[in-house]
Amino acid sequence: MNMIVLEHYLLVGAILFCLGFFCVLTRRNAVAVLMGVELIFNAANLNFVAFARFGTLNIDGIMFAIFIIMLAAAEATVALAIVLNIYRQLDTVNLDEADLMKG
Amino acid sequence: MLLVIIFTIFAAITIISAGMVAFSQNIVYSAFSLLFTFFGIAGLYVLLAADFLAATQLLIYVGGILVLLLFGVMLTHKIQEVNLSNESMRLAPAAIVVLAFLGLLSIAIYRTQWPTVPVPELTPTTARIGTLFMTDYLLPFEIASLVLLTALVGAVFIARGRVKK
Amino acid sequence: MQHLIWIIPLIPLLGAVINGLLGYRFIKTLGEEKGKRLIGQIACGTVFISFLISLFSFIHLLLRPIDQRVLVNTVYTWFHIGNLKTEVSFLIDPLSGIMILVVTGVGFLIHFYSIGYMGHDEYDEQGHRYISYWRYFSYLNLFAFSMLLLVLADNILLMFVGWEGVGLCSYLLISFWYRKQANAVAGMKAFVVNRIGDFGFLIGIFALFWALGRHGIWTVNFRQIGEHAHLLAEDTILGIPAATFITLFLFLGAIGKSAQIPLYVWLPDAMAGPTPVSALIHAATMVTAGVYMIGRLNFLYSMAPVTLTIVALIGAATAFFAATIGLVQNDIKRILAYSTVSQLGYMFLGMGVAAYGTGIFHLMTHAFFKALLFLGAGSVIHAMGGKQDIRDMGGLRKYLPTTFRTFLIGWLAICGIFPFAGFFSKDEILWSVFNHSNPVLPFLPKLLWLIGLLGAGLTAFYMSRLVFMTFFGELRSEPAEPHGGHGNDARLRDQGDTGPHGHGDGELQGHGNEEVISLSPQREPHESPWTMTYPLVGLAVLSVVGGWFGVPHFLDPVFGGHGGVVSPAAETGEHSTTLEIFLMMVSMAVALGGMAVAAVMYLVMPELPDLLSIRFSRLYDLLLNKYYVDEIYQAVFVNGLLALTTASTRFDLKFIDGIVNESARVTAAFSAFNGWLDLRFVDGIVNTLASGTVFSGSRLRKVQTGQVQSYLFAVLGGVVVIILIRTFI
Repeated sequence: MNMIVLEHYLLVGAILFCLGFFCVLTRRNAVAVLMGVELIFNAANLNFVAFARFGTLNIDGIMFAIFIIMLAAAEATVALAIVLNIYRQLDTVNLDEADLMKG
Repeated sequence: MLLVIIFTIFAAITIISAGMVAFSQNIVYSAFSLLFTFFGIAGLYVLLAADFLAATQLLIYVGGILVLLLFGVMLTHKIQEVNLSNESMRLAPAAIVVLAFLGLLSIAIYRTQWPTVPVPELTPTTARIGTLFMTDYLLPFEIASLVLLTALVGAVFIARGRVKK
Repeated sequence: MQHLIWIIPLIPLLGAVINGLLGYRFIKTLGEEKGKRLIGQIACGTVFISFLISLFSFIHLLLRPIDQRVLVNTVYTWFHIGNLKTEVSFLIDPLSGIMILVVTGVGFLIHFYSIGYMGHDEYDEQGHRYISYWRYFSYLNLFAFSMLLLVLADNILLMFVGWEGVGLCSYLLISFWYRKQANAVAGMKAFVVNRIGDFGFLIGIFALFWALGRHGIWTVNFRQIGEHAHLLAEDTILGIPAATFITLFLFLGAIGKSAQIPLYVWLPDAMAGPTPVSALIHAATMVTAGVYMIGRLNFLYSMAPVTLTIVALIGAATAFFAATIGLVQNDIKRILAYSTVSQLGYMFLGMGVAAYGTGIFHLMTHAFFKALLFLGAGSVIHAMGGKQDIRDMGGLRKYLPTTFRTFLIGWLAICGIFPFAGFFSKDEILWSVFNHSNPVLPFLPKLLWLIGLLGAGLTAFYMSRLVFMTFFGELRSEPAEPHGGHGNDARLRDQGDTGPHGHGDGELQGHGNEEVISLSPQREPHESPWTMTYPLVGLAVLSVVGGWFGVPHFLDPVFGGHGGVVSPAAETGEHSTTLEIFLMMVSMAVALGGMAVAAVMYLVMPELPDLLSIRFSRLYDLLLNKYYVDEIYQAVFVNGLLALTTASTRFDLKFIDGIVNESARVTAAFSAFNGWLDLRFVDGIVNTLASGTVFSGSRLRKVQTGQVQSYLFAVLGGVVVIILIRTFI
């Protein structure tokens, strides 16, 4: 291993994605779930930038990543607003207790 | 060789701190680990010649989103509550599925013949990005600003709860 | 001109946005009267402007040589993936030219009519006053936009956007008075039934795209599809010829949208919406989208004779069965609804014998006279204070002179009396059917012709019944007096005897036939305001002259010579003209016969219908209950689906939550069983069974945990399983 190639970045991205997904799946706290979502976003971004560097995406990959960061910011604000609202309504941020749609 | 070492360091920072985010039993630790993940990613961006993006990553993620998440943590826990615990559930099945998925992803990564081109020279990207924002990406750029505005208004509206008449 | 086409759909959208976002403000700030006037002006003005532009475009089209009558306006590239370049572009050729004129022209008249019709106060069931005028016009404009998008679209994806848009607007407008549950249910029914059709339509689009893609042609553009359609001639999909497969699924979409057997059930219930909506959406425009779609893709349908035969069969069957149901209905709007279903059947019959031009011709004339009839019915309902049962009406010609005269024209037009519009279009369809030749089933065209003729007779009968019971004789009850005035039709009306399950209506038949109500002058039904009668007059004129244009011939460039009547002149020579005139005479005679029978039954011997309904009570009940189709659908599909859901729930939970908890539960149950085994062997088994039942019951609910994370878990698990299957098996 004397050259860093595309596959290495993709692998880091994959691990990051899986950790993020694991976080989303297992956390009870809604804020922690949001952190997992941020990890997933970052994993996707890393792939985009890696393809921009090594693949044929060129600068478009970076543009995509910027838009994703923008969307992540928007998502985080709205999601946190929702979490705050849930907290006010149910007095908890544990997602397993917020199951009003339970069958 | 130096690049390999730097890559390894940044990748290790990223993955280890991401692991802390995913596994830590204290949500404040999780949040601070996320900070290191973002730093690690920013470092990887630098290695990938995305200078502007690395700066953006630090500014927006660390300066914005992370602070927001920390606020979220603080606002949703009673301040006198010492136990900022962060329990997990269904650890084992989630681990099985996620590991299986990771395995499949790795196989896919190494089996696929990625269409790569020779790595271009390191050139600053900021000016090019700025030009692109005002030309090819003008419409997405404007729409993005609208989305942000909408998210802002929406977040305020949702978070402030019922208005007393 | 070519570059202005995009304005045609855009302007109604603008109106919808303005009224939707600011309408309430207008009323709040300008006061109710001025605000409502402004909203009405915006709504009508936008549609009128797009009518003017449509008219200019159409004239522009006419000025061109016949083989160059295509205007294309590409607005921008929607998306560009690989070789597939999809554009937002609009196409005006003779076919869409006629359609936009109908949509904007009739649409404008109906918008105008709505100003008067919707202008009165509205109350919820508690009697609280509320205003939703702006909401109505916003939806109506949105509908105009979607319909124009559907018609003008240059590619099938854009058409689908319009297709779904009109479905949405139809839903919104059917359940416009959503405070009444029956209306909300009717809207939902329309939406769900349409969804079944749309599912087929989507499959058709995908299959078409894929089938062309196999030849390296990745396109959704109509003209390009038309150019390359011949490539599909040899192809098969799942063993079925490709063209047949594609057109059959696309036709499923048309069946849903255009209310054909077996998916017509939503249209009669859709009458819960305001009457102008029934006129615009459920008579003149949206329901004809299926016919238009077949016309637009005629080159594909011409390649699939099997599909065409099915289209013709379903069209003829619908034309006939809907007419028989219409014979005994008592709700004025419901009669018109079944008549619409029946007339749509005629259009499909025309399409099914590859006489596309005649189908579109009938679409156009039907839009005129059926909109006229619906608006006339609206005027009648308005005058009756919301009553819709024709047994309560009678003698209205004295009170509503304008409505009466225009309604009469609409009646003559739909019955197919020379020289009104319906005569020409219906006759051309029947003539095309008569002349059609089917190589596999040679007797079929003549049979279809006979069914069509019978249907025409039935149509004449029930429409005459409607006219005679409404306008002739003496008034049988006084107008209802709901809160604050007149015209609160479906929203306050008790759906009891006109609802979807009108059992036991038979006993009520003819109540009050003999008695004559004496009215005080202020309780007399009175003519509607001029905003409502002027559109009636406009549509009446169109219903008279609408048939005089050679529409099928005009459409020839689109349908590649299949537009007009498939003329057998070559083989039969002069004989065909005599034959055609003879057949015209026959259909006129049948129509006049139907009218005469109705006149005898409802004018001369008013006791005859009761006697007949008692004598043939079985048949009467069957027809009154619409062949129990709604009940059958409820039993087979709704309940069947529920059973399927329950079964799959049971299956699901063993899969997902089972992984987590099963082992623990099984161990617990097993040790419990062991414990009981020591105590009481027999009791133990019984108890285990019981706890097993409780267990499975509690498991049964668990699939719907309400937790997003468990759903996500299932998603990721599913992805892993799918990848594993794809990779290793």
